[in-house]
Amino acid sequence: MSLYAVQKALFELNNDAAVRQRFAADRDALLAEYFLTQEERHALAEADVGRLYLMGAHPLLLAPFAGRSGLKWPDYLAALARARDAHAR
Amino acid sequence: MPLAFAAAAVHAPGITGRPQNATEQQRGVFFPAYRRLRERLEAARLDALIMVSAEHFTNFFMDNMPAFCFGLAEGYPGPSEDEPFLKIPKTTVPGAARIARALATAVSEDVDIAHSEELVLDHGFMVPLHLLTPDMRVPIVPIVVNCLAAPRPGLKRCYALGRSLRQAIDSRPERIGLLACGGLSHWPAVPESGKINVEWDRAFLGDFLAHRRDALTRYSEEEIERDAGPGGHEIRAWIVVSAATEGARGETLCFEPIPAYAITGCIATMAV
Repeated sequence: MSLYAVQKALFELNNDAAVRQRFAADRDALLAEYFLTQEERHALAEADVGRLYLMGAHPLLLAPFAGRSGLKWPDYLAALARARDAHAR
Repeated sequence: MPLAFAAAAVHAPGITGRPQNATEQQRGVFFPAYRRLRERLEAARLDALIMVSAEHFTNFFMDNMPAFCFGLAEGYPGPSEDEPFLKIPKTTVPGAARIARALATAVSEDVDIAHSEELVLDHGFMVPLHLLTPDMRVPIVPIVVNCLAAPRPGLKRCYALGRSLRQAIDSRPERIGLLACGGLSHWPAVPESGKINVEWDRAFLGDFLAHRRDALTRYSEEEIERDAGPGGHEIRAWIVVSAATEGARGETLCFEPIPAYAITGCIATMAV
């Protein structure tokens, strides 16, 4: 696991329009620049916020990322709750 | 000049972004209280307003996370968030650069601080500014506190910053105000979002108003997280102001739980 790299990717996607553009053009190429496991790369590419939440990504990094990925606020919260509850079982 | 204005107020994005989500009764209490704070700020005729707010991954990340960062710039762009989210137009807030540099220099004798000439303002600063000085004409000195990524500055260190800041302010010839932005208990962007610990907020506010250093700084990180949520770490900004105003009579302008804004609407002033 490389939580720092996951959060770094989220931070740069949230705060840097040029990084977002490159993500939109070719997500695999952009994500290859971070030290990510395959699972982490996949979760970021798919904007799987529940999975990223379980990995320990900070919610204040996840929420703006989810919004820009087209996820509505209630759906974002529900995705986190679902991931948490599934993990607890 | 001694400190000319001191207060603390919440900064939740819903306040400007989705005000209609609160009940009419809540809005009828909360917004007039913010307006009274605005009147007091205007009456203080400030040359500069120091604003203490929390980092939210707007300026800093774990590659280099300062405990306290003073803004020394001539101006600050904000808000960093998209306009539909906060309903605050993008602007540039003037910075009180000369005063900021003098304060940062004086405080550096007591507390290790970072400084930056490139801070961007997020909702933490912009929501209070929008309600208190909508024409953005009061030059500010932003202080960003790491209330986000552990290890965060200890609460006693925040208290020490407040005391040091007060000494620095009192030695200046200008009329300077101090505002804490943020808090109190909240659970932002997690499944518990909207939860508020009203009793915790009430107890903290009482200690804040009475400058009870030992009570304000007694919480462990785990206790804050459990009882006041991940957003509860923002009490650091309030602790700075309580420390900077020791001996001053505190007054609550608003204490109204507003789940739609995910906070208790807390607004308080100090008679400095």
